[in-house]
Amino acid sequence: MAQRTVEVIVGLFMVAGIAAMMVLALQVSGLTLKAPESSYTLYANFNDAGGLTPRAKVSMAGVTVGKIREITLNRETFQARVVIDVDASVDNIPADSAAVIRTSGLLGEQYIDISVGGDMESLGDGDTFYSTQSAMNLERMISNFASGQ
Amino acid sequence: MEKLASFGRRGLDILASLGRSGRFLAGVVGGVPKPSVGFPLLLRQLYSIGVLSLAIIVVSGLFIGMVLGLQGYTILSDYGSEAAIGQMIALTLVRELGPVVTALLFAGRAGSALTAEIGLMKTTEQLSSMEMMGVDPLRRVIAPRLWAGFIAVPVLAAVFSVVGIWGGMMVGVEWLGVFEGSFWGNMQSSVSFTSDVLNGVIKSIVFGFVCTWIAVYQGYDCVPTSAGISSATTKTVVYSSLAVLGLDFVLTAVMFGDF
Repeated sequence: MAQRTVEVIVGLFMVAGIAAMMVLALQVSGLTLKAPESSYTLYANFNDAGGLTPRAKVSMAGVTVGKIREITLNRETFQARVVIDVDASVDNIPADSAAVIRTSGLLGEQYIDISVGGDMESLGDGDTFYSTQSAMNLERMISNFASGQ
Repeated sequence: MEKLASFGRRGLDILASLGRSGRFLAGVVGGVPKPSVGFPLLLRQLYSIGVLSLAIIVVSGLFIGMVLGLQGYTILSDYGSEAAIGQMIALTLVRELGPVVTALLFAGRAGSALTAEIGLMKTTEQLSSMEMMGVDPLRRVIAPRLWAGFIAVPVLAAVFSVVGIWGGMMVGVEWLGVFEGSFWGNMQSSVSFTSDVLNGVIKSIVFGFVCTWIAVYQGYDCVPTSAGISSATTKTVVYSSLAVLGLDFVLTAVMFGDF
């Protein structure tokens, strides 16, 4: 076979490989080409972080507005301290909003839902949520119900 | 006593062979020919071991993806969570089956051919006549084949994963009626580019390296008889498959294990 034909076919082969990597990156792992949006940091203290994990989503009214950066234990209060990155475009979250841990679907992963308050002031970089609601623990609910509490 | 001695001799033979293969690898990887000479040779090899392997990779990828879709659906629909089929197919293919099955198919399709070709060159004394002419066969014959293998396997593995996911989508979404939005959505939320896709690529690079190295070395080191070529070809397929499966466990433990 002529060298030229081999070159073209091998070129096509490499292009197929690069295209496959692009599909894996963009379509399968959902990587976006746009630069990471600038964000600001909020904190929330939960009595029970449940199955919340870093990189889990943070949403308002079902729209994703940020993600969880890290979860640590507060050694003084023994609460879970969750660090949240919120998109800079959402800069008017009322100061009395609550952070609630919810589960998507019956077996889905857990995420933080911000239930909106009515305060005129809004949360800024480094603020902590005033009120939070911990993860729903089915076993604990059943045992509370069974023991009549 | 006699048995013990032969056992020891066997062990020493294996050790010596390992040492020879290491020196061989160092000689080949270091001794790349000049780009003007080497590049056309590399392209020829990429064509014969990469492009020509594409058909078997695409067909097996398609069927494996379709089987994953079918099996996943029957298992997951027992729990009413058949929407998770997308992430199941994508994670299995990208993390495990893509690199491993590609490497196994590559060893069978291209590795055996490499061994037989180089073994026959050795048996018919083409390699030694090249040396007489002042052409280093390591550079001229072996190096392009080795590098073509390193490059081709990751490309083939990526194609395998993509075709497999497409096959799984065809079965899951088109035939069994999983909602397409949740198929892709679940997949995208659970597959991470760095820890899943890139780790899969690293795996396929390692497998490509090992498979081609074994194939080329077995050909170069074979006993120069027709029986020698046949046993070298068998060894290539057996050693490559075992090395790929063993290394896969080690790499998985390092990449995804929690310790």
